[in-house]
Amino acid sequence: MTAPFGRRLCEVGENRASGGYRVFSLLDREGPEPLPGQFYMLAAADRWAGSGERPFLPRAISVAETGPAAEGNRLDFLVEGVGPGTDRLCALGAGEGVWVTGPLGNGFSEPRELQPGAAGAILVGGGIGIAPLALLRRRFAERNVPTRVLLGFRDRAHSGGLDDLFTCCEVRLASEDGHAGHRGYVTDLLAALLEGDAVASAAVYACGPPAMLETVRALCAERRVACGLAMESPMACGYGACFGCAVPRSDGGFMRLCVDGPVVQGEQIAEVTHA
Amino acid sequence: MPDFCGIELEHPVINASGTYDAIAARRVFGDALLEDFPFSAFVSKTITPQPRAGNAPRRIWETPAGMLNSIGLPNKGLEGFLAEDLPQLTELPVPLVVSVMGTSREEFARLVEGVGEREEVDAIELNVSCPNVDSGLIVGEQPAETEALLEVLRPLTAKPLIVKLTPNVADPAAVAVGAEEGGADAVSLINTLKASAIDPVTGQPGVATGHGGLSGPAVRPVAVAQLRAVAAAVRLPLIGMGGISRGADAREFIAAGANLVAVGTENFRDPRAGSRVAEELAVALPAGVATAPVLDLE
Repeated sequence: MTAPFGRRLCEVGENRASGGYRVFSLLDREGPEPLPGQFYMLAAADRWAGSGERPFLPRAISVAETGPAAEGNRLDFLVEGVGPGTDRLCALGAGEGVWVTGPLGNGFSEPRELQPGAAGAILVGGGIGIAPLALLRRRFAERNVPTRVLLGFRDRAHSGGLDDLFTCCEVRLASEDGHAGHRGYVTDLLAALLEGDAVASAAVYACGPPAMLETVRALCAERRVACGLAMESPMACGYGACFGCAVPRSDGGFMRLCVDGPVVQGEQIAEVTHA
Repeated sequence: MPDFCGIELEHPVINASGTYDAIAARRVFGDALLEDFPFSAFVSKTITPQPRAGNAPRRIWETPAGMLNSIGLPNKGLEGFLAEDLPQLTELPVPLVVSVMGTSREEFARLVEGVGEREEVDAIELNVSCPNVDSGLIVGEQPAETEALLEVLRPLTAKPLIVKLTPNVADPAAVAVGAEEGGADAVSLINTLKASAIDPVTGQPGVATGHGGLSGPAVRPVAVAQLRAVAAAVRLPLIGMGGISRGADAREFIAAGANLVAVGTENFRDPRAGSRVAEELAVALPAGVATAPVLDLE
């Protein structure tokens, strides 16, 4: 599946608060339905060069959910304003135009053939990284893939998206401040789960901050469990042109996260480092 | 239809080396890329004699109206390029320019011979923003080094040799004259400006190597000034680039003396920027507006 060639102007449907984050939707009349884990390059059509002549480059944002719209697809994105680009995206108003390129990247790989009694899929999300797992969870549910969802947050202010994107399923929570679920890290929940039987038949799908992903990678490597890690790296173009999003590979050299990722299999990298 | 060093082009907009990977773009966008290819000629990423992995991240950093990059010329090396990439680049519907860089005259000679003997290649761009290991000098910063390099390379191929100038010199026109006297067929400018940014939160450099190359609209006035100076000093055809994002920007470069223009960083924001700039450039100017190069240098 290829993305439409070039960027296209899409209209903002709605933009609502979700915890400390924003969820905004775009109406995409041209693009194919995205795979879970794919991303789009987004830039507001107006006032993209804001204060201090930034943002300049589009921002790579994973799609959190999608569904049919009157014409084409609705694309939902979960964003946290952490800089000039995401601040501008957070401020998008209904009806505004956004330049969109995508869907880009590989997305999460298909689950392996699941044996009866197998451990199934384990989704591990941290913070804003819960976004791509929402669409993945729904796809697995549609195909009756047994799925467990583990989500972790720093505190209540950083648990945005949870109520919007994971309303219809059972999730196990962890929070560093203890406001919800296990007090500690979501990777504590994963470690406990991987102590059980039949874990070798499980597949882990994770997205979150680099330290979380590295813990997931190391736990899965130790237990010989397959894991797909949706990673992030500074990215100017999203389609292989800029070579900015290089991530070191375990066999030497670098991969471009935009075209060889953003989902990386645990064994492809030696460790997840902070870019 | 512009004629550039004997190569017929559909329009005057090409890409800057290292800002478009046509092979990756075809994987992402499919054959639509070929049906509506954004550039009238394709300039490859720079190749070196041996494969290079490139620099450790972090490699890019957004700046006001631009960006820093410190990519480190990742490429498959001459042999890998000829065997794996060239056959795919030959499928592009436009002439092919291959960018090469060596760290000695012997390395450059190997590259020019290896690339020059392939009929799929229409022209060769020499990336001279690198040190010569023998002299320790950056070739493109020295008119005499540039001239001497061209004198070695000129007899090795009949294909057009384009010298890509670095802007990190006091007098780029003098380097352009060196290229012309050494036998270059054309000059392209500007490469990126040496620059740094510091992350105000961590106090660390924005790119891991400490400094990188600045590109984007922020550098455009520098590029226009250097292009004017070079146009006044040499008779060679010129490829102008540096922050071109729109047809109006391209028109600035053409007015300053460019025969062709190249789109670089804008490709990152718009994969079809080349076509867009060409279309905007083709829109007729209002009567009375000069389209010919206006050179009024004091």
